[in-house]
Amino acid sequence: MRLVIPLVITFTAGIIMILNFFIPHAPFDRLGADLQEWFFIVASAAIFLGALNLLHVHFRKIKLRLNNWKYSPVTIIGFVVMVGTGLVYGVTEGKPFDYMFMNMVVPMGATMFSLLAFFVASAAFRAFRASNWRATLLLLSAFIVMLGQVPIGAMIWDKIPIIKIWLMSIPNTAGQRAVMIGAAMGVVATSLRIIFGIERSYLGGTD
Amino acid sequence: MIKILHIFLMLFALPIPNAVTAQAIEESLQEIEPCEQFNQDVDLRCITELTAFDKENDAGGCVKLEWVVNYSEVIPEALVVFRENTETGESTALDTLSGISTKYMDDTTEDGIVYSYWILPQTPGNPMLMSQKVEASSQAQWIHSGRIYMLILLVILSVIIIWFIESAKKGKNLYIREIAGLSAVDEAVGRATEMGKAVLYIPGIMDMDDIQTIASMVILGRVAAKTAEYGSSLMVPTCKSVVMSVAQEVVKESYIQQGRPDAFNKENIQYLTDDQFGYAAGVDGIMVREKPAAIFLLGTFYAESLILAETGRSVGAIQIAGTAMPSQIPFFIAACDYTLIGEELFAASAYLSREPKLLGSLKGQDMAKLIFLVIIIVGVIAATLGTYFQPLNDVAEFIRKVLQVN
Repeated sequence: MRLVIPLVITFTAGIIMILNFFIPHAPFDRLGADLQEWFFIVASAAIFLGALNLLHVHFRKIKLRLNNWKYSPVTIIGFVVMVGTGLVYGVTEGKPFDYMFMNMVVPMGATMFSLLAFFVASAAFRAFRASNWRATLLLLSAFIVMLGQVPIGAMIWDKIPIIKIWLMSIPNTAGQRAVMIGAAMGVVATSLRIIFGIERSYLGGTD
Repeated sequence: MIKILHIFLMLFALPIPNAVTAQAIEESLQEIEPCEQFNQDVDLRCITELTAFDKENDAGGCVKLEWVVNYSEVIPEALVVFRENTETGESTALDTLSGISTKYMDDTTEDGIVYSYWILPQTPGNPMLMSQKVEASSQAQWIHSGRIYMLILLVILSVIIIWFIESAKKGKNLYIREIAGLSAVDEAVGRATEMGKAVLYIPGIMDMDDIQTIASMVILGRVAAKTAEYGSSLMVPTCKSVVMSVAQEVVKESYIQQGRPDAFNKENIQYLTDDQFGYAAGVDGIMVREKPAAIFLLGTFYAESLILAETGRSVGAIQIAGTAMPSQIPFFIAACDYTLIGEELFAASAYLSREPKLLGSLKGQDMAKLIFLVIIIVGVIAATLGTYFQPLNDVAEFIRKVLQVN
């Protein structure tokens, strides 16, 4: 029963979603949306589970003085202050929660995002090393695309932006579409495996 | 004329009631009648070609109206859409639209009942004729007409996959090409065990309604089985609470299957935050502090992919990444030791388990891909040569229609 019930639920939900896609007639039109709504309800309820887990993990770290426990009070204080301010004053514009969100959370997120520029540089440095003919081809393509993006490219040779457009719209698009077609096949096959109970490892067993 | 002007002033001064009686509409139209006679040499009908039809591929209860606004005379300030139930004779002013609207959707119809629709344009000081009356009724469809070909393709794909699964169950030897990234899973977990360090598994930033996250959970089960077998520590920081719950269950079950329930540590599978870059910062922190020997990045990733992969590389971990996001694959290829590209992510579970049933489905998936490849090549050739030979163009059009997603 421990295995059968989840399999039956998975099969029913999967078939409903497939029917919902192909049959617009009632009740299938509503069932798909209802299932998705159920998911959002479960996900919303699970937020508390996540918050509890966060607090549990960090309180435990502090209590047992585990490695790097000194970072945990920062997390707990941050969590409590944000949740407390939101509950007491509300989250609308101009309230303390909004002030902290706009002046602390958003800049910190932007900081993390801006790190990407440096990581791109270091990754590009490694990827563009002309170690073999394929890497050399990549280096050349990237060089042309980068030059084609900036005015100096057209100043050097007016064909560079045209070559850049060709590289982006023909070989690049073809490669991306190939990945997408393969992934789409994988999605269908994985969905069928899960719906029909062939893939059961997510339930913790293979038999 | 003063009386007509008065009526129009009344119309604009008062909001139009949602439901008016047929008698009231008739009266107001009678009041407009003299205006028609006054302008009998000029066609004042500014709403032409009004059509009403059932909205296709829906659950019923909806009629669509389309018309053309003729601007040759005066641009109407507003258009009032009227509806009459032909069975009961009840008339209703459905809505007041802007004067340049050309379509309207009436989603308050009852299936099977024939309704009559007309539109009355309004402009202060310039009375206009109402449009022609048109009739339509709504009904629900049992099959989405734009998705019939997709259904056929799905059935074909399913039949191929099931056929290969059955073949595999009968013991047929199926060749699966080697996927370097998946062959390296043992090596990565083994390395972590030898170094006495943890394995870090990152299941992406999307929730459990994303197929890549589901595929990632399936692989997590296999990886967890390996870590349980080798006795190394497994950490799974998650971005969504539901993913955390599922990951805890998957890992716990794998440890039980391997006979190592004592080695399962629930605290190692933790929720960090729903925020994309907050999650990236949290995972980066774990990488820098814990210095895991092996990192798995499998699932849906966006801009944080390179932030995570480069940090993982900086701590010297062996990294196996996999995603079906075309825009993030180059980043993983540049920063990770092994990358599962697109479909390989979905093939991972079958590849790692080597179960005949799963391998059969994988083979079926490959066969389906081959069929699509042939269709695409035929389509490209037909479209190219179709310029010179019309029947080939028709073939290209047919393939386009079949593969079109509606």
